Amino acid sequence: MGRKLLLEKAHVEGIRYYDTYRREGGYASVEKALKNLSPEQVVEEVKKSGLRGRGGAGFPTGMKWSFIAKPEGVPRHLVCNADESEPGTFKDRYLMEFLPHLLIEGLIVSSYALGSNATYIYIRGEYAWVADILDQAIVEAKNNGWLGKNILGSGFDCDIYVHRGAGAYICGEETALIESLEGKRGNPRIKPPFPAVKGAWDRPTVVNNVESLAAVVPIINMGGEEYAKIGVGKSTGTKLISACGNINKPGVYEIDMTISVEEFIYSDEYCGGIPKGKRLKACIPGGSSVPILPANLLLKTAKGETRMMTYESLGDGGFATGSMMGSGGFIVLDEDQCVVRHTMTLARFYQHESCGQCSPCREGTGWMHRILKNIEYGKGQKSDIDLLWDIQRRIEGNTICPLGDAAAWPVAAAIRHFRDEFEWHVNNPDECLK
Amino acid sequence: MMIQFSEETLAKVKEIVSHYPEGRQKSALIPVLHIAQDTFGGWLDVPVMDYVAGLLELEPIEVYEVATFYSMLNTKPVGKYVLEVCQTGPCMLNGSDDIIAYIREKLGIAPGETTADGLFTLKPVECLGACGYAPMMQLGNTYREHLTKEKVDLIIDEARLTR
Ligand SMILES: NC(=O)C1=CN([C@@H]2O[C@H](COP(=O)(O)OP(=O)(O)OC[C@H]3O[C@@H](n4cnc5c(N)ncnc54)[C@H](O)[C@@H]3O)[C@@H](O)[C@H]2O)C=CC1
Ligand SMILES: Cc1cc2nc3c(=O)[nH]c(=O)nc-3n(C[C@H](O)[C@H](O)[C@H](O)COP(=O)(O)O)c2cc1C
Ligand code: SF4
Ligand code: FES
Repeated sequence: MGRKLLLEKAHVEGIRYYDTYRREGGYASVEKALKNLSPEQVVEEVKKSGLRGRGGAGFPTGMKWSFIAKPEGVPRHLVCNADESEPGTFKDRYLMEFLPHLLIEGLIVSSYALGSNATYIYIRGEYAWVADILDQAIVEAKNNGWLGKNILGSGFDCDIYVHRGAGAYICGEETALIESLEGKRGNPRIKPPFPAVKGAWDRPTVVNNVESLAAVVPIINMGGEEYAKIGVGKSTGTKLISACGNINKPGVYEIDMTISVEEFIYSDEYCGGIPKGKRLKACIPGGSSVPILPANLLLKTAKGETRMMTYESLGDGGFATGSMMGSGGFIVLDEDQCVVRHTMTLARFYQHESCGQCSPCREGTGWMHRILKNIEYGKGQKSDIDLLWDIQRRIEGNTICPLGDAAAWPVAAAIRHFRDEFEWHVNNPDECLK
Repeated sequence: MMIQFSEETLAKVKEIVSHYPEGRQKSALIPVLHIAQDTFGGWLDVPVMDYVAGLLELEPIEVYEVATFYSMLNTKPVGKYVLEVCQTGPCMLNGSDDIIAYIREKLGIAPGETTADGLFTLKPVECLGACGYAPMMQLGNTYREHLTKEKVDLIIDEARLTR
């Protein structure tokens, strides 16, 4: 049984409400931080923990916090990224829905560390009922003295506001999120400057994922060094994985990063294997934008080592033979699924979600979708496969934000590992779906 | 229709504006557009957007720009019930195409269309963060998950009854 730090209490009856949460030991990290630690010491603990951003990029959280600019007289902000829109990813929703106070607790400690007196949760607009759950938790926390002025007599003031988006994947990209928070279209900004220097309303702003901020609670409770002992190498602590597609037990699992991919897919504690005893064909292990892997490369690396559910192991082999941990959106395809069709839906997704600022992304995503649709529906030509390859290659690295890359990578990996399936469609137009 | 929020809603708007720094009331735009859409028939007609612009001291174009960017903000009328069925990869793996085909057939409308009685709009959408509970749709402020044809029948019957 893996160690649980975040979801341990998820099934306690009534844990969504303050009284139960508190009775189960909730808010202890706020007491510890505000009474015994300076903001700098909190940052130091998070650094020691080795926590890497759970939004997908895996950037060390403590390091990001230590980069925040502190110009005299300018307020700073913490913004929690709850936009969660990467296909395959639904872990943040689970955490917020069942353990809203865990997030609020993490936000208070993190706000203290960063000196944010007004902290925002930017949540995707479709999670309307989750926003209500958070609002209710905030009221409860405030009524019990954990928010507002002079919290626990420490002199630290903090309020948390929930801000609902209105449907746009791109608003999960931190600078687009900031534009959206300012009441504008979600067009990403050019980085640098990073938000930690110039963010919301031109003020220093740290944007962190929901899961990263919730993880601050166990880090402060147990100490950064203890947290760092869990896991392997630079994959410290626990990670939430949302598993979906063709598996017996889809859902959100907390893993400590010591298990193999095979165990995750087949053991009853996690995905419980593939329905109807079918065979595993492929998997996208970290959300739709990371490379798809065929079963053989998913379970073992190109070197023949067992592939583990860690940042390093999932990335082993680079894009040629590996993939990424990404956002933890684990999508499984059984032997009957068509990789071309699946890739086509992802291409349509990225076309729909491109903000349109950069021409390689705006035009390229549309182009890729049209070609994939032709191939899928039996109207493709052999040259289309090379054309697709060429288009994805020209998008990558030539855009303002990584959505362009995110659209290119799945197409590249699908062609790299499943070229024969693309060719089959081209050669057998009469057998394709109409 | 008179385009005017109630006193209660105006107080709510004021409260929302207070979440943001002084002079940054534009930040309240998306939250206020959600309220406006809910209040004035499920979509944002030009006079509604102009009203919101006046309320937040913005130029109307600033509101149009935003309203046309976000998929949840409608700048055209929609049916009373919008069946927003997710069609992205993970839902597709679990049969979302069949669900969409079934609704098309049952209601006699193509994606993007509204039934003649103005009750239902079918809107295929992209991933809504419910991939593990696929196939699914969003209906108003709720998610309906693990869809089957029988569940779709129930959802439609229920909507027809409450109208
Ligand atoms: N959770 C989800 O739903 C989704 C997650 N993603 C993930 O997002 C990732 C890309 O995110 P980006 O923010 O573009 O990655 P990034 O690598 O540019 O930044 C990661 C974080 O580190 C910070 N950072 C990096 N260098 C810094 C420096 N020198 N000073 C201060 N801060 C610094 C950034 O501000 C950001 O918060 C992808 O890897 C993908 O997996 C993408 C789509 C959706
Ligand atoms: C197109 C795009 C969409 C993104 N969507 C999300 C998201 O929904 N949630 C999230 O936490 N990070 C998302 N990110 C990553 C953020 O830009 C940022 O790296 C993250 O919020 C930082 O938090 P972390 O360091 O705690 O991971 C996205 C990035 C890109 C390029
Ligand atoms: S890469 Fe795409 S989504 Fe990102 S800024 Fe450019 S056009 Fe917009
Ligand atoms: S793919 Fe349908 S909810 Fe994610």
